[in-house]
Order: sequence, then C-alpha cells, then structure tokens
Amino acid sequence: METILNVSHLTKKFGYLTAVKDLSFTIEKGNVYGILGPNGSGKSTTLGIILNVVNRTSGEFSWFDGNTSTHEALKKVGAIIERPNFYPYMDAIQNLRLVCKIKDVPETKIQEKLELVGLWDRRNSKFKTYSLGMKQRMAIASALLNDPEILILDEPTNGLDPQGIHQIREIIKKIASQGTTILLASHLLDEVEKVCSHVIILRKGENLYAGPVDSMLASHGFFELRADNLDELQELLEKSASFGKIENYNGTLTAYLKEEMDAESLNKMLFDKGIVLSHLVKRKESLEEQFLTLTKNQ
Amino acid sequence: MLRLLQIEFIKLWNNRASKVLIISYFVLLTSIALVAAIKFDIGPVQFHLADQGIFNFPYIWHFNTFVTALFKLFLAIVIVSMMSNEYSNKTIKQNLIDGLSKKEFILSKVLTVISFALISTIFVFVVSMILGLVYSDYNEVSIIFSDLEFLPAFFFKLVGFFSFCLFLGILVKRSAFALGFLILWTILEQVVFGLLGWKVMSWEAAKAVKRFFPLESMANLIKEPFTRLSAVQNIGQQIGEDMKFDYHVYWYEFLIVIVWTAIFIYLSYALLKKRDL
Repeated sequence: METILNVSHLTKKFGYLTAVKDLSFTIEKGNVYGILGPNGSGKSTTLGIILNVVNRTSGEFSWFDGNTSTHEALKKVGAIIERPNFYPYMDAIQNLRLVCKIKDVPETKIQEKLELVGLWDRRNSKFKTYSLGMKQRMAIASALLNDPEILILDEPTNGLDPQGIHQIREIIKKIASQGTTILLASHLLDEVEKVCSHVIILRKGENLYAGPVDSMLASHGFFELRADNLDELQELLEKSASFGKIENYNGTLTAYLKEEMDAESLNKMLFDKGIVLSHLVKRKESLEEQFLTLTKNQ
Repeated sequence: MLRLLQIEFIKLWNNRASKVLIISYFVLLTSIALVAAIKFDIGPVQFHLADQGIFNFPYIWHFNTFVTALFKLFLAIVIVSMMSNEYSNKTIKQNLIDGLSKKEFILSKVLTVISFALISTIFVFVVSMILGLVYSDYNEVSIIFSDLEFLPAFFFKLVGFFSFCLFLGILVKRSAFALGFLILWTILEQVVFGLLGWKVMSWEAAKAVKRFFPLESMANLIKEPFTRLSAVQNIGQQIGEDMKFDYHVYWYEFLIVIVWTAIFIYLSYALLKKRDL
C-alpha cells in the first residue's frame, strides 16, 4: 500500500512540558484516520509539526516517498487546523485565488469547490461577514482546491451548532466516499467512530494505540443476557472457561468473552443445560468504552 | 518570483487601507511638482520658488530624492501592517499550511519591498526629469546626467528602511506597536549618540560611530540639500558663515546600508524559522 505520511519518534517540547513524546505512526492511502485524545494531548501540536508550522524537537517525518520537501508536499495536502484563517477583508473568490497561487494550481476549481460546500451564493461577501459554520465550510473548500491526496482536519466541528456539525459531517462523508485519505483529529468519539477506519490514540503526547478501529482492544466483545433463573445462569457462566468477568446489573448479566464465541452456540449450549434465555445480545465495546479503557489503564 | 509577487499583490491590493495609502504615496511623490507653483507676488516682493534654482540640474536630483524620501512613512505603515496583519489574522499559518515555505514567505515580502523602492525611484526620476527640463537653467546633457548617484542612494535608502519595517512587523507582530517601536528606535539612536559624545568619547568620534546606526546610515545616504541652494549660500556668506559642506554619496555609505538591509532580512527569516505558530 502507498504510504502518504510516515512519522517516527517525533518529540516536541515546550520548555519543560513535553507536548508530543516519541510518537510514531504511518498513514496509508485510502484510509480514514482519526487522531483521538483529550484536550491537550498533543493532537494539534502533532498536526502543526507535520504541517510545517511548529518546529520539532527531535524525530523525523516524511511526506509521500520522502523525496519532496515539506512545503512542496503540502501543496498536495489539504489541511484545516483549529480556526479557519483567511484574509477578513477579502471575499471568498479573492481568498481562494490567493490559495490557488500559493498551491500553484489553476483557478478553475474555485466554483466547483464553493458549490460543494454551499457557499457559491455568498462568493462575493467578505470573509469577515461569514458565520463560524460558513468560515469552516470555506476552509474545507480551500483545502479541497487542489484535489488533495490527503485531507487533514483538526476539530472541524468545534464550536458549531448542530446544523453546522451535520453539514460538515456530510461533507466529510462525501469526500471520504470519493476515496480521499482523511486524517481527522477530534475529541468527539462518535464523530471518529462514524467516519474512521483507523485510529491513533494520544494521551499526554504519548501514543497509546495506532491501528484499525476494530482491533483496538484485544477483546472479543460481550454478551448481554437475561433469563428467569439468573443465579443459575451466572453460576454456569462463571464455571465456563470462555468467560472472564461477569456483571449483574439490574437483572441483566453482562458476560465478557475471553475467546471467540458466537451468539448461536452460546444459546444452544445454555438451552442444552436447561436455561432458556429471554434476552441475548452480543456486542462489541463502543469506541468510547474502548477509549476510556485504554486511557485509564496506563 | 512572479508568483510570489502576485501573492503579495492580491493581499495588498484587496485591502482598502493599504490601497489608499499606496495611492496617496504615489500621488504625493508626483505632487512635488506642485512646489513649482509656489509663487509670491506681493508688490515689491516677488518670489517664485521654481526660480530659486531648486529645479536646476543636477541639484534637482539631490533635492527631489531628499524631499520625496520623507514620504516613505506612508509605505512604512503599509509594510509594517502587511507583515503584522499576517500574524493577527493568523493567515501566515494558513499560508504555510497551504504550501508556502518560510523562505518563500519572507522572499515575497522582500520582493514587494524592492518593487516599492524601485517604482518610487523610477517615479522620482521621471518627475524630476520633467520638472528639470521645464525649469532648469542648464539643459546640457552632460549636466542633466551628472550627480545621478542620488537615485541609487534613494533606492537603497528605501529598501533599507522598508526592510527594517518588515523586521519590526515580524518582531512585534502588532502594527501599532511596531510603528511605535520605529519611532522609539529613531529617538534611541539620537540618545545613544548624545550619551556617546557626552560621556564616552569626543563628539567627533561619536559622529563617526553614529554613521553606523541603521536609521542614521540610511539618512546619511542623502544629506540635506538646503545649504547647497545658492540663495542660502548667499545668506551664509553675508553672515560670514562658511557653508562648505560635503553632500556626496560615498561607496562605504552604500555598504553600511546594504549590510543593515541584509541583517534585517536575515533576522526576519531567522525569527520566522525559529517561532512556532
């Protein structure tokens, strides 16, 4: 698979505060990545480093094949970090023309991209008259001007109203469906869960996990069970080697699997033992639960 | 290179304040021609400034470059704000993310500064040439084209001064404070000169040291032209004051200004490179 970004042992210190600590990860073409982490975990600093606005203390990163300089590579990248920054006294068209000049691309895509984010009607309004949601959409249009190989978004829905959040998410989904690689930094887990295939989890600048969302925890999921004779069920499950922790919560048993088992075979086994279930659900932990487990454990 | 200039042009020309200042600057440069119209005609007292010899070749090169250089403050405001606005709007961050390198960013500003200086120089040349041809008492080609060193002096004076403004814009990041700093610096150079002459060394030595100060070295490139006027010389002779005064531009004066320009541009770049945005 084609590598877009390779980061190895990246470290950034602000005075005696270490914002990013020995961080390594790789971004492959075609995936949608989420960088997760609480506020202040080094997400924006990491993005700042790979985007050439923050100087690294040590470590390496390389774009694409590693033969292009960072600023040349950035012409093939679309990025929005934190607040959208444009010239307030210029309108959408003027601002985007400037971006075209910087990225060295023709100005032919301006209309297409402004239509994509729904700002074509306001193309002649000055940037300072835009609402936050419009500014954010304008930033996305600007990031897409060069049809980038990778789109980097840092908290794209931060500070927006529900409608604005919805619009931005729809745009991101549309872009992802076209096969663009996306790197999305967020502390909103459901946002990442909805669009990302891979995650990188940071805490206090350290990499806790990097890989596919599915294999984040070495977990086989858990069953939620209910039956008339709950005590007998619990006893039976505790004896079984397949189960680890078993919790009883308001008449519902939650049994965590230690090895792979499907719902059908559990049902059959219990029925053979004379227990009839009134409720059987097999679930995987949500990203939020996994995230909390991961960040708590270390 | 053209791309970098175009980038800066889009930024400047769409900003109303900058546009107004740039236009007023060039209008003012042209308006020096209006001095020619100054004419008093009150009975026995007849005074026509254009007849006093200020438009004589080659003196006009000296006079016009000196006077028009005073207007550089207009462009200084534009330059300081074009730099510091990039910080206050955080657009410098966006520019870098969009794929402008830090070197290109500084280069685009420096090229703009050089263009401003170059256009001003051409402007002054054309305006002075026209005024001279109309009013000068001497129109021999050899006289017209003598003392032309004031034009390159004017150019380097502007480039040096504007580079200083650029550097202040980057250093202070706020246009109002940067302009305040510029004024403060001007005063500071005089204070240091005063202290040197008063306490540390002789006034002669202090004067020699002063020539190396950045703003002073730029001012020194084109010395005041008024004592060269024949009218003023006459008054001087009458009151017995010897006004012989060395107004020439020397190569080492160019050198000092060029060195300062290089230092300011390099410092701007180093500062930008070192800073996290």
